[in-house]
Amino acid sequence: MAITMTDAQARAASAGFEKLSLRGVTRAYGKNPPALRDFDLELGRGDFVALLGPSGCGKSTALACLAGLQPLTRGSIWRDEERIDTRPTEQRGFGMVFQNYALFPHLSVQKNVEFGLAMRKVARRERQQRALAALRTVQLEEHAGKLPSQLSGGQQQRVAIARALAIEPEVVLMDEPLSNLDAALRIEMRTEIKRLYQERGLTVLYVTHDQEEALSLATRLVVLRKGRLEQTGTPQEVYTNPVSAYVAGFMGYRNLFPASYLESGAGREVTVSAFETSVTGTLIAGEQPVSGGEVTVAIRPEDFTIAADADKNAIKAIAEVVEFHGRELSVQARTAAGGVLHLKTDQSVVAGSNLALTARPDRVLVYQGGLDRSELDIEVGAA
Amino acid sequence: MTATPAPARMPRQPIRHRLAERGIDFSLLLLLPAVAVIAGLFLYPFIYGVGISFQPQAGGGVFANYKNFFTDSYQSGSILKTLRLALPVALVSVGLAAPLAYQCRRDFRGRKVVTLVVMLPITFGSILIAQGMPRVFSPYGWANLLLNDVGLPQANLIYNYWGTFIAAVLTTLPLSFLMMMGFFGGIDRSLEHAAATLGASRAARFWRIILPLAAPGILTAFMLACVEAFAIFPSAILVGQPDNQTHVLTIPIYQAASQNSDYTQASAIAIVLTAIELLILALAVFVRGLLFKGPATGGKG
Repeated sequence: MAITMTDAQARAASAGFEKLSLRGVTRAYGKNPPALRDFDLELGRGDFVALLGPSGCGKSTALACLAGLQPLTRGSIWRDEERIDTRPTEQRGFGMVFQNYALFPHLSVQKNVEFGLAMRKVARRERQQRALAALRTVQLEEHAGKLPSQLSGGQQQRVAIARALAIEPEVVLMDEPLSNLDAALRIEMRTEIKRLYQERGLTVLYVTHDQEEALSLATRLVVLRKGRLEQTGTPQEVYTNPVSAYVAGFMGYRNLFPASYLESGAGREVTVSAFETSVTGTLIAGEQPVSGGEVTVAIRPEDFTIAADADKNAIKAIAEVVEFHGRELSVQARTAAGGVLHLKTDQSVVAGSNLALTARPDRVLVYQGGLDRSELDIEVGAA
Repeated sequence: MTATPAPARMPRQPIRHRLAERGIDFSLLLLLPAVAVIAGLFLYPFIYGVGISFQPQAGGGVFANYKNFFTDSYQSGSILKTLRLALPVALVSVGLAAPLAYQCRRDFRGRKVVTLVVMLPITFGSILIAQGMPRVFSPYGWANLLLNDVGLPQANLIYNYWGTFIAAVLTTLPLSFLMMMGFFGGIDRSLEHAAATLGASRAARFWRIILPLAAPGILTAFMLACVEAFAIFPSAILVGQPDNQTHVLTIPIYQAASQNSDYTQASAIAIVLTAIELLILALAVFVRGLLFKGPATGGKG
């Protein structure tokens, strides 16, 4: 069945806002360092923006500030030319989906979805019809009479999404909506969210710590670090050109290790010393480091190739753990110096075998300065 | 037709497994002390009391004690007086404690102080409270001096119904508060947040989300306060009007037992008191059965 727009929806689409902006938003809890610092964000109509970062980076705080669930310590929020951060949550008209679903346990699925419409004083008949229509879009129409506790986790989150969409909000805020689901369901629901986004022309602000989720859903990525914006761009831009080792860590550069700068080659090519050998890579940003200066090297597991033992510019390591992943093997190896490396290969490797690893210089990213690994509190996905 | 051979009998599982399947194991022994105490100190005296209530000291048939009580309008009138005290006390106590408990469900500056102050009356006991009340409510207590100063007539809030009422509210309030704080605290904050994003005002969130989810707790608190107020005794005498307005059921029990040394009569009245309490509890439990009882969380988390 084709998705039909109600009048209200059509009106919302034609008379809606152009952009939503957070300007210099700061949120401090007591005397602790602010959870969010001078944060600027623009959300255009039809955008799907993902806020990405580890726990404690301020992404959920940003969402809560926008929803009005948290006061702003400094800064303001604007809907086009109208300041909205002084309005209470209930007058902002954003739909929100929570990590723990937040369904009203004492109300039926139908009543849950109707709740926002009831608050808007929509007549009972219309309310019921619109709630059923919203449930239909998430394929849960036949469960309308049940209590939330009678549904599975995935179904509950679909009800939560239907509930948020039933009020035809200008913006849908999603706070880690898939984090409580198991892996298979997470991927299924991800597709579901993308489908709803495309079919209904939603505007979405999506908070997640999962780079796969962010990359696959968003039209624009915003990476946060310690309450500040670290990088923003399309998923392709951020994925291929992470501006810092921190962002690289999020974009699948699982191998992040310290090295010292040796010399520069052509263009931005640099040679660094690491693991008792020299590695040639690409300097990402900033001035040429001084000789012997501290740098951080980032390499994706799939960018390593296993070279012949004789290659003197290869990193020598011993395979420690070998996992079978179907088409390829995922290997954890340890260098003589004790560093841990991760690689993916379709060659056969057994635990205990000696490896010589190389990577193309354009796939080896070199960042100035060290990296605090503890900052990268990431859950590494299956990919 | 050939008879099917009898199936080979499966060897029976060891007794330990069979008992465990029915939930019987050694951890049940942990219940023993509590069961012994309840049986020895509560159940036995109760059954004994029921027994002697039907063996009147003065003779006159099995039901003589009950007949005495119900035909003496002064004595049986205490049923109504008890109800007139206990039900409003429970209502006011829950009504006052509910907003406090609602606020205290999450952390804020000074929460511990508020909690401590509300809880203090528990440690005082009703006699200490009754001792302190004249300083506030007597004609020369500060409440009346204050009324005097602002030019309002004096209020008789002690040595009558209101004296006992106030004392009873003070003693039951902490219990209601404690009870409800647990229930309000168990309501997931994200439910309120979700309701707010859906357009529910503060009032709508309270009436449509918080209250329905906390209702079982509020009802439980009401029952507890009610039971507590039913057994009120010291404050009915010390700050009430024990021969008239606050002639609650405990007073004829005390008089029968201590002044007339008629334990059988005292038991009979105590049984009446118990029966009324049980009736109210049964009603409350029935109402609670109609409410939503599941966990007040929004899903996983």
